Amino acid sequence: MIAVQDVSKSFTLHNQGSAVLPVMAGASLRVAPGECVGLIGASGSGKSTLMRMIWGNYRVDGGSIRVGETEVAGAEPRRIIALRRATLGYVSQFLRVVPRVPTLDVVADPLLALGLPEAEARDRAARMLTRLNIPDRLWPLSPTTFSGGEQQRVNIARGFINAWPAMLLDEPTASLDAANRAVVLALIAEAKARGAAILGIFHDEAARAEVCDRLVDVTGFSVLP
Amino acid sequence: MSDYNFAYLDEQTKRMIRRAILKGVAVPGYQVPFASREMPMPYGWGTGGVQVTAACLTPGDTLKVIDQGADDTTNAVSIRKFFQRTAGVAVTESTAAATIIQTRHRIPETPLTEGQILVYQVPIPEPLRFLEPRETETRRMHALEDYGLMHVKLYEDIARNGAIATSYAYPVKVEGRYVMDPSPIPKFDNPKLSGSRALQVFGAGREQRIYAVPPYTDVVSLDFEDHPFEASKAPHACDLCGDDASYLDEVITDDSGGRMFVCSDTDHCAGRQAAGHRGRLSPQEDAA
Amino acid sequence: MTGQPLLRVEGITRTYGGRIGCTDVSFDLWPGEVMGIVGESGSGKSTLLGCLAGHLPPDEGRVIFDTRAEGPRDVMRMSEPERRMLGRTDWAFVHQNPRDGLRMGVSAGGNVGERLMAVGARHYGRIRDEALDWLTRVEIAADRIDDRPRQFSGGMQQRLQIARNLVTGPRLVFMDEPTGGLDVSVQARLLDLLRGLVRSMGLSAVIVTHDLAVVRLLADRLMVMKGGRVVEQGLTDQVLDDPQHAYTQLLVSSVLQV
Repeated sequence: MIAVQDVSKSFTLHNQGSAVLPVMAGASLRVAPGECVGLIGASGSGKSTLMRMIWGNYRVDGGSIRVGETEVAGAEPRRIIALRRATLGYVSQFLRVVPRVPTLDVVADPLLALGLPEAEARDRAARMLTRLNIPDRLWPLSPTTFSGGEQQRVNIARGFINAWPAMLLDEPTASLDAANRAVVLALIAEAKARGAAILGIFHDEAARAEVCDRLVDVTGFSVLP
Repeated sequence: MSDYNFAYLDEQTKRMIRRAILKGVAVPGYQVPFASREMPMPYGWGTGGVQVTAACLTPGDTLKVIDQGADDTTNAVSIRKFFQRTAGVAVTESTAAATIIQTRHRIPETPLTEGQILVYQVPIPEPLRFLEPRETETRRMHALEDYGLMHVKLYEDIARNGAIATSYAYPVKVEGRYVMDPSPIPKFDNPKLSGSRALQVFGAGREQRIYAVPPYTDVVSLDFEDHPFEASKAPHACDLCGDDASYLDEVITDDSGGRMFVCSDTDHCAGRQAAGHRGRLSPQEDAA
Repeated sequence: MTGQPLLRVEGITRTYGGRIGCTDVSFDLWPGEVMGIVGESGSGKSTLLGCLAGHLPPDEGRVIFDTRAEGPRDVMRMSEPERRMLGRTDWAFVHQNPRDGLRMGVSAGGNVGERLMAVGARHYGRIRDEALDWLTRVEIAADRIDDRPRQFSGGMQQRLQIARNLVTGPRLVFMDEPTGGLDVSVQARLLDLLRGLVRSMGLSAVIVTHDLAVVRLLADRLMVMKGGRVVEQGLTDQVLDDPQHAYTQLLVSSVLQV
């Protein structure tokens, strides 16, 4: 479902004397449907960079990244947009939303983008928020005012609201208490069970051991000195 | 009389104005620019109408001048005298006897006939002006038939007053093409614009525009489907001649609320009285 | 992923005497896409928007719009009436200053109804109902329908301008700094509104702004202009998070963090 083949990446810092920083070369991995693969490696080894390239957020300098039918490397923006809408889900560490939009709508948003009726989308969002223990008095409020842990759970709710065939998870269990961590792990297990291909970064070793079928060490792809 | 050229204007000016009139006749409702001259009267007193009349007059014509329907008001009297002195033409107060009628703010009640010319005095010829101040833009709007704005004006009327409150200078569409300001005639007169047997010419002196509605031209008052155009008038009969179908002026008669309604068209009213019609306040015949 | 672009822009160039307004700008805009154009003052973004929207004739280039009736047509070669008709049916233009896009002497309802009347609506009751519906959609209270925009706050005026533009259900909206000059809190409300409308109406939009936060939240794609040229374009978050061109890197690194 996710196939990364011989991918390389460097950053050119034009405003710092055009320094070229190669960060990755020869990165390859595959994630099959129903499989969860964990990325490991020391901080700064390029786990997030690789995730961001698959998400289409970072440009790919060489090699190929396929998600489903889509070649991400060098894709036109509209193909990435379509990919994110229907195929690829992403739980990032940061919540980026229009201020003032109620939490319920933030979570329902991916479903609305897919064209679901508003009532159904809100209904599913409500169930997901309930499951992640966000009290319903917070639903009409914007998540920008929430605590870090609450924001993270809103982010997870948004990430799991739709049954994407492929998912990227960046530290989904960070800053969660035990109860919510268990909910997230259950969500991941359910996604695997329905056949989602999942690539994740988990610093939480117990969580990693529980959900990951395989681990890929990105240190081997790294070209930093 | 010999001190002036016939009808005051020189022949070249009259030719220029006639050309503008002909163009106006050829393109009904279109505002033709013309080089308006200084006239020996202030703007707002009918300088546009006077120039059109001067260009149309021939020595054999009979001229009638009305102001708000009346032959005996200052404006009408002075313009009539002006042409008596500068053109020496015959004048009349009878609508039927006139060949050229210059009017301010009315169309006579007596139906006009072929061969007659009705000349309107126009203060502001551009119907879109109050909504769009730029002349370049209003001309483009006319050229492109971009007339949505005209209905915005009527919309505003209904929104504010519950009905189309525009009661004079009510915009019309001429022959399905140009939107035109019929000059400040009461909207009661609008239906008379359409299919008239007489030639109607509009002159705006200060604004330097001439436009025309040739005989038998279709003129439609703008409206909404659910707020159709109505040619309204005061719901009374004339207190002097008893006519309940003519346009009326309200006259305050004392300080205690006394008032009367009389025909605004003095010729029409006098004609009916002469024919024996009487109204509520007519002098008692046997007393006379 | 079939069909054709809603708008195809090919080699648009516009100069002012010897100075470059914008030069050789090309892109395709697909149905439902929102494209942001960023750059500093004088980078040519407003000139480009003017050329695209038919307000300014470009010196060179073509703007091809996929019309409902006749398929792709070169907008520059349309007759003026055709272009005007397009401008009040399928296209909309939201000005930075609502005074440029509203009739300040006409009531809110009349402002919204104008486009309907311009395309032939002649039933007062229905025009008013439609205007009311749109005022509600842009969160203006129904009892303000007969007030003039002068009596509205800046944010309300901008929302009224949006309602006035969208009432005929256009497919393409041009926006010139739509949130410029508004308080931050009012901006957020407007952004939310715009996003919702873009989605529910399936609008395509070209938004010119110098505010990177606005494009991140509204635009799918981003075009960065400098000195009349496009220096970089791509997916919005990719351009902002992994900028390739020196100018874009400078622009992104210059944003103040809150």
